[in-house]
Amino acid sequence: MKLHEYQAKDVFAEAGIPTPESELARTVDEAVEIADDIGYPVAIKAQVHVGGRGKAGGIKLVDDSEEAREAADAILGMDLKGYTVKSVLVEEAVDFVDELYVGVTMDRGVGRPVAMVSTRGGVNIEEVADEDPDAIAREHIDPAFGMHDFQARKAVYDAGIDREVAGDVASILTTLYDLWEERDGADAEINPLMVTADDEVVAADAVFNIDGDALFRQPDLAEMEEKAAGDELEAKANEYGFEGANYVRLDGSVGIIGNGAGLVMTTLDLVDHYGGSPANFLDIGGGAKAERVANALDLVFSDENVDAVVFNIFGGITRGDEVANGINEALAQFDEIPKPVIVRLAGTNAEEGMEILNTDLVQVEATLEDAVQAAVEAATEVNA
Amino acid sequence: MSVLVDSDTRVVVQGITGGEGRFHTEQMIEYGTNVVAGAVPGRGGQEVEGVPVYDTVAGATREEDANAAVVFVPPAFAADALFEALDAPLDLVVAITEGIPTQDMSRVYRRLQETDTHLIGPNCPGIITPGETKLGILPGNIFASGNVGLVSRSGTLTYQIVDNLTQRGIGQSTAVGIGGDPIIGTDFIGTLALFEEDPDTDVIVMCGEIGGEDEENAAAYIDEHVETPVVGFIAGRTAPPGKRMGHAGAIVSGSGTGTAKSKIEALGDAGVPVGTTPDDVAEHVETLL
Repeated sequence: MKLHEYQAKDVFAEAGIPTPESELARTVDEAVEIADDIGYPVAIKAQVHVGGRGKAGGIKLVDDSEEAREAADAILGMDLKGYTVKSVLVEEAVDFVDELYVGVTMDRGVGRPVAMVSTRGGVNIEEVADEDPDAIAREHIDPAFGMHDFQARKAVYDAGIDREVAGDVASILTTLYDLWEERDGADAEINPLMVTADDEVVAADAVFNIDGDALFRQPDLAEMEEKAAGDELEAKANEYGFEGANYVRLDGSVGIIGNGAGLVMTTLDLVDHYGGSPANFLDIGGGAKAERVANALDLVFSDENVDAVVFNIFGGITRGDEVANGINEALAQFDEIPKPVIVRLAGTNAEEGMEILNTDLVQVEATLEDAVQAAVEAATEVNA
Repeated sequence: MSVLVDSDTRVVVQGITGGEGRFHTEQMIEYGTNVVAGAVPGRGGQEVEGVPVYDTVAGATREEDANAAVVFVPPAFAADALFEALDAPLDLVVAITEGIPTQDMSRVYRRLQETDTHLIGPNCPGIITPGETKLGILPGNIFASGNVGLVSRSGTLTYQIVDNLTQRGIGQSTAVGIGGDPIIGTDFIGTLALFEEDPDTDVIVMCGEIGGEDEENAAAYIDEHVETPVVGFIAGRTAPPGKRMGHAGAIVSGSGTGTAKSKIEALGDAGVPVGTTPDDVAEHVETLL
């Protein structure tokens, strides 16, 4: 779960990490009023869950009320990589001499947290990691102990941070790690961590992503979640409970529904293999009941790019009869089936499912390969 | 022969009184699994499907001589259940639970290093030695006894490939679902090493997916240490970067690591043929047997 910059800064500031003076605005008037209060120059920053906001025109530096009004007017409501900007953070512009990077994440390769420090802040840190991995000092943390103070110092000195600010940066890294651990962080990042001419250190940006599986014990953070849907279909997916990674919209014409991430991904790959293009990834999960199946079909039908749907279920926990009932239920509401549906059922209760399935309304195939080929052909025919 | 589990495996089910625990205990017993005990705090003295329940895993190992656990405990309590299983100690722990917080798993993984226990999962379908025993939720009827070892990060994809094998009359020695989470216990390399040692595994199928570098690392390991022929499969060739596909671990990061292409190339370099479809995998296996 991603926090917006303003939310992350609130959490960081509360923990004692210095942040610039700032306030959230949802209207142009609010933004100008806040900017006037803070005093110029200020930065006006779009609050959306996309990377590279600055390059895309989502961050503007302004010197007076008039510029603030123009910038807020341009940014509020703008489309940033498919997401509409609904609020801006109005923030004191920091006069900096240096930009650093500090971050904490889970290194899945070793199963341990890693704290990172670099003097190369203010740029895309993934690019730095690719081009010059030695420019980032990394310190793995034993989760049984947490980060020792010496590890923070080691990371800071290894990264080559100036002596004048090394103590402050180490202390910020320690605070960031403790927050990450206590609040079930996935990624915590300050990029850039700005250094001023007076050797003050300030978090000019803030990233704090929370482990979605841990939200049950972080209720205040869970409340901050804004299910920013890129479009109507993703909003509908959220509504149906196909959240986050279970529904991913793509740009092809073959709608795909299945159970289990690996098998659904494989179905996408097969659509591509047989010359079609997948319209989506939709994993209904294990043990889906009829209603969930019906919702899945309704969701994929709603995608106007979809010309045919392939429904591929290999039952383990999921039962073929439940799936068949769901498909029948979903199709019963139409006088005419809007798009051809090809179904393949295997595994638990597949035979019962086949008997239940209304084969006047759907095409049944026995194997995954046949089902995918039939769906690709059906989609091609629609386009012909 | 087989790896990790056989008819001598004595299983304690943690979370046996819950819906899934109860249902799959019944399924496991029906398959022939030797389920000797359940462990649920506060439920000691009860019975589920004729299986005695103990308050602690230690009680189950002491009284019933259990040497393996299957964990169906809900995510919020799963890490504690895993620490308890590792403390018992047991030879094998299979964690079915999906949605365990990653930091909890990091601590469990750290503890695991101090033990000799094999942890399979979490977020996995379990492990099966066809005709002998299964620990987990895999549908037993699609498997057949034979000499192909299978290791996979994904549940239903495992079923699909097993089905393709069985349809061609090719049986399996043991199938291991290692799980789709970012932090898991026994990984590809650990499982490949076990299959390599098993005299009755003649071909290994390794079924991976996008995200992380486990498949690349496994390819390097195969190149150095595995004589048994391996056939690969990688799900997610068409996944766009930056979009997570279902599993928490299944994502191609912005900087291009974890792609299907890099995994397929790494396997190819290690002399591992990679099937383009599940049935293509089965066909490769057929030619190698």
